[in-house]
Amino acid sequence: MQKIMVCIKRVVDYNVRVRVKPDASGVMLDGVKMSVNPFDEIALEEALRIKERGANIEVVAVSIGVADAQQQLRTALAMGADRAILVQTDAAVEPLTAAHAFLALAKKETPDLIFLGKQAIDDDANQTGQMLAAIWDRPQATYASKVEISAGKANVTREVDAGLETIEVDLPAVITVDLRLNEPRYVKLPDIMKAKKKPLEVTSLDALGVSAGVHLKVLKTEPPAQRQKGVIVKDVPELVAFLKQKGLI
Amino acid sequence: MHKILIVGEHDGKTLNPATAKCVTCATGIADAQISIALFGEDTSAVASQAAALSGVESVLRVDRPENAHPLAAILAPQLVALAADYTHVFGPSTSFGKDLMPRVAGLLGVAQVSDLMAVEGAYRYRRPIYAGNAIVTVESDPSRKLLATVRVASFQAAATGGNASIESKALNVALPTHTRYLGAKSGSTDRPDLQTASRVVSGGRALGSAENFKLLFSLADKLGAAVGASRAAVDAGYAPNEMQVGQTGKIISPEMYMAIGISGAIQHLTGIKDARTIVAINKDGEAPIFEVADVGLVGDLFQIMPELERLIGT
Ligand SMILES: Cc1cc2nc3c(=O)[nH]c(=O)nc-3n(C[C@H](O)[C@H](O)[C@H](O)COP(=O)(O)OP(=O)(O)OC[C@H]3O[C@@H](n4cnc5c(N)ncnc54)[C@H](O)[C@@H]3O)c2cc1C
Ligand SMILES: Cc1cc2nc3c(=O)[nH]c(=O)nc-3n(C[C@H](O)[C@H](O)[C@H](O)COP(=O)(O)OP(=O)(O)OC[C@H]3O[C@@H](n4cnc5c(N)ncnc54)[C@H](O)[C@@H]3O)c2cc1C
Repeated sequence: MQKIMVCIKRVVDYNVRVRVKPDASGVMLDGVKMSVNPFDEIALEEALRIKERGANIEVVAVSIGVADAQQQLRTALAMGADRAILVQTDAAVEPLTAAHAFLALAKKETPDLIFLGKQAIDDDANQTGQMLAAIWDRPQATYASKVEISAGKANVTREVDAGLETIEVDLPAVITVDLRLNEPRYVKLPDIMKAKKKPLEVTSLDALGVSAGVHLKVLKTEPPAQRQKGVIVKDVPELVAFLKQKGLI
Repeated sequence: MHKILIVGEHDGKTLNPATAKCVTCATGIADAQISIALFGEDTSAVASQAAALSGVESVLRVDRPENAHPLAAILAPQLVALAADYTHVFGPSTSFGKDLMPRVAGLLGVAQVSDLMAVEGAYRYRRPIYAGNAIVTVESDPSRKLLATVRVASFQAAATGGNASIESKALNVALPTHTRYLGAKSGSTDRPDLQTASRVVSGGRALGSAENFKLLFSLADKLGAAVGASRAAVDAGYAPNEMQVGQTGKIISPEMYMAIGISGAIQHLTGIKDARTIVAINKDGEAPIFEVADVGLVGDLFQIMPELERLIGT
């Protein structure tokens, strides 16, 4: 194993309660706190742990997005990635486009493993890793909660609806990570200073030969139906009476 | 005419109810002709269950030893071959469908609509983003095949009483050998299944231990309910991962959801928004769970639960 690529997406911080614009044209993103997609932090942490266990592995953090996505890549560098690549674009990047951009990077970088989050918490698409694996013609191990690397292979335990499933994949492979794989480290101040000196290359979709096609047009963005506020009962007998009256018990 | 292929989910014996929900979703498209594809080692039993779903015209069986376990890398090229005659390919938004469908979309070079929650036209759908805090209406190009995962909590299961044709398909497709199934582990019980149960009792961090989670099981048994958990409870090891409800766990729509010692974080709420009645028990009257609850009781769960269990029995 020589190289691991990790996809880092800039998303609205998970603590922000996102609001829809009154004209239904999208969500309000002005001045909102942006962070690394939480799943991608877990993906990077896993790559770093593999690196720290083994010899000479390079961890490359890559992102597709606006110029400010450099902030999230700097966070990745501070966590311990060796270098970073930003595919800079202002376009709305659909998962298929993202997968093609990552494929172009994979062809250049020839990583043994590509880690992604299982989903990005903005669009919740849960697609990019699987699409990348498909067009790269390599195995995919999605929703990983345990990853064990041995010669040329990875054993991955996956969180599935029925419980846990274990598969073995040949490397190179794509792994998308779930929440319980690990707990990402905190970044310390000296690491942030050090990260400023690490290389961050900026490229473009054009340079990679990828066009930002629009397959899905978003016609409108609306708030979800609101639930009506209910009643507060004062004790258990009242609760039971409520449930009985509703025919629930 | 729209030809819709639905990937059936099953364990070799039983067709997962998610499949019947995908059928209902597909029947929302005008002029739809619906088929179900089944991959497995021997799909004879599940094929008859699929053929009985009302609205389905044909069931396509693809039986071969490599299909014994649903590995996306193995199934995807076969599904691509079957999809040639179809305008739409749908799968359930379960861990099976979410793993498989984007790989198929990637191979076909088409976009996917994830978590389709409402049909507005053959190429126009609604889906949630930002953990359900916004709903987008998306439109895809009718000249291209459309792939989607169906948010099963948004649809009722199709009725039975249908009589679809059943056909065995021999596909001449080379399968990769780079992905191998090793095994599975599930904490499965004889309790109702979380995703289809009409009642769910769910516990959070406040339960404090796996031992205390037994209080929940005991109440659930009394109600004939499935048991769920918040991420915090799963992370702490009080409950297994398959019990997690929420944005990154299961999205459910029971008649009654009882949240006990769960604060109501947005990531949790997105999993229960479609529940008919939400019951909240929490000692903090300001907990966000009360904003969505139909009925709430403020107090200590360790006092409330035994009393509740006692009174429910009477
Ligand atoms: C019609 C349309 C309009 C859009 N408009 C906007 C907009 O106005 N502003 C905007 O910011 N976005 C916009 N987007 C992009 C959208 O929010 C998602 O980024 C995109 O659809 C990918 O979905 P996802 O990130 O949920 O992918 P998922 O498949 O859920 O992502 C899984 C993983 O893939 C990796 N990944 C995915 N994308 C990237 C990336 N760009 N860089 C690094 N890693 C990545 C991450 O590891 C992530 O965890 C738009 C998309 C569409 C289709
Ligand atoms: C990317 C991402 C994805 C996530 N996905 C999910 C997901 O799918 N599902 C999910 O659930 N969470 C998810 N989360 C986590 C979520 O943000 C919350 O952290 C989590 O839901 C909190 O669980 P909780 O309500 O059990 O714990 P807490 O928030 O700690 O709440 C415990 C509650 O118990 C109450 N309480 C304490 N003691 C008692 C008592 N004796 N009697 C009664 N009440 C008591 C407290 O008042 C409090 O409200 C996700 C987070 C992220 C960042």
